[in-house]
Amino acid sequence: MSDRVLEKQFADLAHQSETAELGMWGFIATEVLFLGGLFVAYSFYRYLHPAGVAAAASHTRLVIGSVNTAVLLTSSFLMSWASLAASNGEGRRAARLIWGAAGLGLVFLALKGLEYAEEIGERLWPGAAFSLDTPEPRVGEVFYFLYWVMTGIHALHLLIGVAALAAIGWRAHGGVYSRAYHSPVRVVSLYWHFVDIVWIFLFALIYLPGRSA
Amino acid sequence: MTVTTVAELPHERGGSYLTDGTTLASWLLTRDHKRIAILYTLTITAFFFIGGAAAAVIRLNLLTPEGTLVDAETYNRIFTLHGVVMVWLFLVPSIPTTFGNFLIPLMLGAKDLAFPRLNLLSWYLFVASGLIVLAGLIGGSVDTGWTFYEPLSSGYASGALVVVLLGIFVNGFSSILTGLNFVVSIHRLRAPGLTWYRLPIFCWSNYATAVIMMLATPVLAVTLMLVAVEHLWGVGVFDPTHGGDPLLFQHMFWFYSHPAVYIMILPGMGVISEIVPAFARKRLFGYHFVAWSSVAIAVVGFLVWGHHMFVAGESVYAALVFSFLSFIVAVPSAIKVFNWLATLHKGAISFEAPMLYALGFILLFTIGGLTGLFVATLAFDVHATATYFVVAHFHYIMVGGMVSAYFAALHFWWPKATGRLYPESWARFAAILIFFGFNLTFFPQFILGYLGMPRRYHAYPPEFQVWNVLSSAGASVLAAAYLLPLFYLGWSLWRGARAPANPWGATGLEWQTPSPPPSGNFARTPRISRPPYDYPEPAA
Amino acid sequence: MARPPRRIVLSWLGLLALLAGNVAVAYAGAGSLAPFAHVVIAAAMAAVVLVVFMELGRGASLFWVFAGAGFFWLAVLFVLTAGDYLTRVNFAATGAG
Repeated sequence: MSDRVLEKQFADLAHQSETAELGMWGFIATEVLFLGGLFVAYSFYRYLHPAGVAAAASHTRLVIGSVNTAVLLTSSFLMSWASLAASNGEGRRAARLIWGAAGLGLVFLALKGLEYAEEIGERLWPGAAFSLDTPEPRVGEVFYFLYWVMTGIHALHLLIGVAALAAIGWRAHGGVYSRAYHSPVRVVSLYWHFVDIVWIFLFALIYLPGRSA
Repeated sequence: MTVTTVAELPHERGGSYLTDGTTLASWLLTRDHKRIAILYTLTITAFFFIGGAAAAVIRLNLLTPEGTLVDAETYNRIFTLHGVVMVWLFLVPSIPTTFGNFLIPLMLGAKDLAFPRLNLLSWYLFVASGLIVLAGLIGGSVDTGWTFYEPLSSGYASGALVVVLLGIFVNGFSSILTGLNFVVSIHRLRAPGLTWYRLPIFCWSNYATAVIMMLATPVLAVTLMLVAVEHLWGVGVFDPTHGGDPLLFQHMFWFYSHPAVYIMILPGMGVISEIVPAFARKRLFGYHFVAWSSVAIAVVGFLVWGHHMFVAGESVYAALVFSFLSFIVAVPSAIKVFNWLATLHKGAISFEAPMLYALGFILLFTIGGLTGLFVATLAFDVHATATYFVVAHFHYIMVGGMVSAYFAALHFWWPKATGRLYPESWARFAAILIFFGFNLTFFPQFILGYLGMPRRYHAYPPEFQVWNVLSSAGASVLAAAYLLPLFYLGWSLWRGARAPANPWGATGLEWQTPSPPPSGNFARTPRISRPPYDYPEPAA
Repeated sequence: MARPPRRIVLSWLGLLALLAGNVAVAYAGAGSLAPFAHVVIAAAMAAVVLVVFMELGRGASLFWVFAGAGFFWLAVLFVLTAGDYLTRVNFAATGAG
């Protein structure tokens, strides 16, 4: 089986696995700058309009946001365990844990969907129909512009992650991975943890302002 | 550098990467980095001529002060198309995706890049991006210039802008994946004995380029995405009517776009570092300095973006810092030029076409680079910004420098990639014609800028006409000169003499393979034990 | 591996505690210090994920370089842009406009 997966430019499977992992770290570095760019734009807008942003941010749903954060942290915990199990050759256990993590990812997306539906109902979608009862509604509209873009991009990354988890979960279940070859599990779990880190910062900066007043 | 053995793979005896599979599918589904390089070469050539056609319209329009060849709106669309196509569809990919893809695995002693399928995906994303961008530029009215400044771009430009921004976003993805492939490959696929300090400078330069591609492009992608969404929703974070700051767009845009010019020039510098030793028959002078100067350019190049915004409204203290850093970034480039000159000194120089282009590069890049110091100077830039001085400055580097380097590479490695020799006399004639046409086109523009002619204007005061006419005359010579290689290089594919493995007697692993190389590059992994540029010292 | 290793369980619980802490800080009335506190706590959580879940310390040192490069260059974008915003002099509009 290892002969089928070893590509000709690599000396051996260990070389290939380590290179794949390096590739994922490189990709994560690019994502730090991509998503980080959103945080930079948000930070400077908030610097210019601290009160307006805080007032608008207090309208985000803290309960759903906090529960979702806990959900993602737990899914990362499961993925970390899954990666260790896979490196130990425990394909079936790894598969269950991976699917658990993916399931929690779906829970996140479901809660996010409920949240989005509520917010659309309250006319927090930017545009002519936007309505927010704060002293600086125009600033609030830009806050919500960033809210939808940042959480939307994050949700898209999460969805891709869920699909990737489902795929490697299926392969782990089928016994494709072993002690010698399990780098896809490792590589996908790195991506999953990174998406979790992005949410950690998102939650801190989008959901928490303006709560104490 | 000595290599243990590089036999042809038995089943490929008499065959090469060009003949291994002749169906369309074998090309469009290839994982071979050499074939992907060929695919890219064809694609960027097409884009180059599209961007060049726009330049022709610009120069024709500017023959008369009234500029009535096209109306103002159309003129704006034309220079937007010229900039977008030349920057993202030609200059950024140019050397990395063609010669980088072809040569880096060979120079590393590897059978391919680290991620061959990702490489093919990069090409498909690139082609898609080009089609999307052109659809937007030609099908709609995008007149913002390639810089898409706010609030014009989100508030007042046409909806086709979103299409163009989507295209550039996809283009960015292609760039990022290529960069990732190069960085990981150079770290992990070097043959035994091939330490960093034995790598050809071409690898160092492309490594530095790839790092910039990876770190800068994502910021461009997210910034343009914000503009597109702002255009669609009518509100956004750069929108002054909602408390946003248009200058924030410029910060984020130039954070990419300044390093982007180093993406464009660094690979060219790498090419020159290969060609000068080969045609001076002398070891590259100051190898370590040249190697680390590539890294220094990449690093410091990230710190200077505010020099595009001196008069846009950024704080004067920030402008001072960016100006100072912009002076610093010139130093590693100068180091390279000094080392090339020192390599030439007392070398046994011959003037084949690659060397002619390389010598042209050294002169034209130096002029362009020195004028960069002019515009980095705050007091001068206040007058010269947004004039033809800046236009001449960056064209000296991008066209005089980068396109010369691209043609240098094209001629130097043509025998290796195609297995054919090109006609040397025609090539020398084209090189000299390009040099002449280039200077006639762009030197008058320094004068125009100094005299105060603004850029991106379709019309101008009558006293500027003589310089504009000279510039347009030069452009017609340049256009003819650029077409020449198309003909004689194309001719060589059918009638050129067969090339030996090493027609130039150059050092480097790529010259140890047959011309053209077999699909698997090396039958056995080479072992490296000698320094690079191991040319014998010329007779005193 | 029927039971997860202790370090990842403790990390998970620690992350949940930090989450609760971050929410508590939001209600504690820290004023203009609040954004910094939130970012610091979030950074601590991110560090736990990086070092424990992503095993950043255990792989090749090149992984550190790659991971660090992303954050470092983001910091460059942030700091130099901040250098502009923090040193701008705003001139009050005069009546003449």
